[in-house]
Amino acid sequence: MASITMDNLCKVYIGGVKAVSDVNLDIADGEMIVLVGPSGCGKSTLLRMVAGLETISDGTLKIGDRVVNNLEPADRDIAMVFQNYALYPHMTVFNNLAYGLKNRGFKKAEIDRRVREAAQMLEIGQFLDRKPRQLSGGQRQRVAMGRALVREPAAFLFDEPLSNLDAKLRVQMRVEIRQLQKRLRTTSLYVTHDQLEALTMADRLVVLNAGRIEQVGTPMELYSRPATTFVAGFIGSPAMNMLPAEYLKTLVSADDLAHLPQSADLIGIRPEDLSLAPPKEGEMALTGELMLLEPAGAESHLHLKLAGLKDIFVARLPQVPDVSEGTALTFSLRRDQLHPFDSASGQRVA
Amino acid sequence: MVENNRWGNFFAHVILILGVAIVVFPVYVAIIASTHPPGTFVRGVMPLWPGTNAWENYTTAITEGRSRAGTPPIGGMMWNSFIMAMAITIGKLSISIISAFAIVYFRFPGRIFFFWIIFLTLMLPVEVRIVPTFQVVADFGMLNSFAGLSIPLIASATATFLFRQFFMTVPEELMEAARVDGAGPMKFFKDILLPLSITNIAALFVIMFIYGWNQYLWPLLITTDPDYYTIVMGIQRMVTGGDSEPLWHLVMATVVLAALPPVLVILFMQRLFVKGLTETEK
Amino acid sequence: MQTKRMTFSRSWLPYALLAPQVIITLIFFIWPSFQALRQSVYRQGDAFGIRPPQFVWFQNFQALFADPLYLNSLKVTAVFAIGTTLLSMSVALLFAVMVNRMIRSRDTYTTFLVWPYAIAPAIAGVLWWFIFNPSIGIMPYMLDMVGYNWNHRRDGNDAMIMVIIASAWRQISYNFLFFLAGLAAIPQSLIEAAAIDGASRMKRFWTIVFPLLSPITFFLLVINIVYAMFDTFGVIHATTEGGPAQATNILVYKVYRDGFVNLNFGSSAAQSVVLMGIVIVLTVIQFRYIERRVNY
Ligand SMILES: Nc1ncnc2c1ncn2[C@@H]1O[C@H](COP(=O)(O)OP(=O)(O)OP(=O)(O)O)[C@@H](O)[C@H]1O
Ligand SMILES: [Mg+2]
Repeated sequence: MASITMDNLCKVYIGGVKAVSDVNLDIADGEMIVLVGPSGCGKSTLLRMVAGLETISDGTLKIGDRVVNNLEPADRDIAMVFQNYALYPHMTVFNNLAYGLKNRGFKKAEIDRRVREAAQMLEIGQFLDRKPRQLSGGQRQRVAMGRALVREPAAFLFDEPLSNLDAKLRVQMRVEIRQLQKRLRTTSLYVTHDQLEALTMADRLVVLNAGRIEQVGTPMELYSRPATTFVAGFIGSPAMNMLPAEYLKTLVSADDLAHLPQSADLIGIRPEDLSLAPPKEGEMALTGELMLLEPAGAESHLHLKLAGLKDIFVARLPQVPDVSEGTALTFSLRRDQLHPFDSASGQRVA
Repeated sequence: MVENNRWGNFFAHVILILGVAIVVFPVYVAIIASTHPPGTFVRGVMPLWPGTNAWENYTTAITEGRSRAGTPPIGGMMWNSFIMAMAITIGKLSISIISAFAIVYFRFPGRIFFFWIIFLTLMLPVEVRIVPTFQVVADFGMLNSFAGLSIPLIASATATFLFRQFFMTVPEELMEAARVDGAGPMKFFKDILLPLSITNIAALFVIMFIYGWNQYLWPLLITTDPDYYTIVMGIQRMVTGGDSEPLWHLVMATVVLAALPPVLVILFMQRLFVKGLTETEK
Repeated sequence: MQTKRMTFSRSWLPYALLAPQVIITLIFFIWPSFQALRQSVYRQGDAFGIRPPQFVWFQNFQALFADPLYLNSLKVTAVFAIGTTLLSMSVALLFAVMVNRMIRSRDTYTTFLVWPYAIAPAIAGVLWWFIFNPSIGIMPYMLDMVGYNWNHRRDGNDAMIMVIIASAWRQISYNFLFFLAGLAAIPQSLIEAAAIDGASRMKRFWTIVFPLLSPITFFLLVINIVYAMFDTFGVIHATTEGGPAQATNILVYKVYRDGFVNLNFGSSAAQSVVLMGIVIVLTVIQFRYIERRVNY
């Protein structure tokens, strides 16, 4: 077990693509860090730099107390679970799990013990003699996990390990991986682009954008106080509505916005913060014409047209209201739920 | 099929059966001829039905050959052919697979340059550099030796390309997983790449064995000692040795024996053969 | 050229892995070829060292292209290569189209048609030589019945026909397999669409199937020409030995004769260089084709 320290990590690919710039991150021992961000933002690159599968162009990487910049993957005491699992197709499940241990010169009895223990933990004991192609997707995923587990490494690295599974299995494995990680308390770095996965699994979340860290924090911190417009738009579904402050002033009373700093010229409103109840003390009102009602079982998404605004404004309600499209609806919203941003820098201002 | 017209199919079968008959005919004739006593070929037309001399002809061919014309027994020549074919095959496969491994899994100065050097072998078949190659082999003292028969032929651009092609389709993550698992380059090669390449190796083996067995010009150039004659080139000596008509019964027994090993290889490993053939040339 | 995104780093290992192949290539391919190039611009010295080899620019080549025997050999090679290629490719295409119609008997026919590939060109030559033997062969016997007097020992055309048949025979298997693979790869829906549009079977073949086979056909064309020019040495050497009267003296055979039997190294080297040029052109054509296909 170990902490991981990233100090100004940079990655420039041959050909000049700058995939990771100046990443500073301290991962505590036993912590589960989830890396999220849009496709191509450098998540895999960063993870692979930690694994030793990509060279580090600049900066320092420590695992525990050791600087590992120039160590081979095998010498970094990490284990990795790949998106496509990368199981050795010609080896049995047992040998897939045992291979890394054999290469490290473990005794046969110890290998046997560890493999069986991991297999039991992952409930793949009955498949040990099969080849990977004789397994289902979910079972292969477990074998890939098992290969990481048996090593009892200082850290687990996951690169979108669940993205090849169907939705139901994904939820199930998500829970299992998290439980397992909590039980073993192994430092983990987990890459995903599924924000639900990110929010539910992480001790702390790291949002990457174009190779830079946008924000680091617990899922709730990121959700309730996104530090940048990028994070605000990335975390939460449907995405946060963004309205120019100038425009909002024309819709609501000056009091409603008085508590916000002068520099806040862009205001974010989460769709789920709106409600159809009449405004109470400390709340403000917003009126729009209902363009489209999307019922989604237990909840509904309302697409609204606000007077004088081009973009569609979205509200999310925890029920399906009995309203018809074309009518004007008035929503209430707590004033302290407004998210103020400076549009030029994209930073939150209060 | 769009429409299964009966006459069309019947017609197709007729063409194919005729075609197969024509394709098989030369070998049929050879087998038949190899069962007749020498006297049959003196006059008249060659026989089309089996004779009774098969046993005698084949034992003569295998154990004696045509000694008077300086052709050694077929048994020895077949053995030489086998050694040469195996040496060429194994040599080609081993040096090609490691070259492809170097080219695909390493980045190093001169990589492209070496790739082109290997590629050049495609452009320089033995047939276009007969005399100087002979001189090189002679200078190395490799005339009349198995080394001389095989080593100069084991460079192979096609096999290298095929392995390279195959390695490129092996998922990147397999090598990465192996490295995380503590395998160095050669360990990865031995434990993972080699087992995954087995089908390709087998397919190439079939093709290369046939190639090696059927070598003609090369053994002709560098063997003068009958102890190193291979069967395919030996046939020519049987045919032209002496001014008289060839001893057809012995020639044809030799032909059958010379053709047998590669034909059996194709028949028993047809699937691998087809795979090897269509993929090496792509 | 591509590698894996992550590569091993061992400074000496890749060189060690490449060494056997590269060394053999240098010694047995590059060096002799270089020698051939060099010899082709020298006149050889005599055996006693009284007259040393002399640099003669392109005289060997000039002599070569002024030599009626060489020009004849060029012509013979062209006829032989074209004849062999056309014969084996057209027969193979016919077989492939017919076999491709079959469902149950497909594998059986394939088995019967592929094995001649295993037979060495020299042996193929001997087999047909036997069949065409003027005194006891079955073909002359049958031709005699229709009034044709076959004798490849005296008639150059007969000899040419014989070596073409022998060379093409073995190559049918090869072409057949490629055509069959090509036919199997044509989407059935295309043919069905044409059938719905009312195209007859013949028309469907010439307007849909054949054009779709054209990449394979082109590829085979090159391969067959290479085969006919270089791999058929055994056919000639084991049977006609270039005769009668130079009628089957193809280039490869001539290089061998002039170099090994007549010991005319300068001319043989010049001929080697010409052949190298031909192979290089053919290889480049073939490689461009491969590149195109890879890009698809
Ligand atoms: N080997 C490489 N050479 C050059 N550029 C690369 C290489 N690998 C990745 N890149 C580039 O680096 C950037 C980051 O890639 P990376 O794979 O880390 O993205 P990602 O966040 O994992 O995306 P995804 O969610 O799609 O997996 C991308 O712009 C990508 O095109
Ligand atoms: Mg990725």
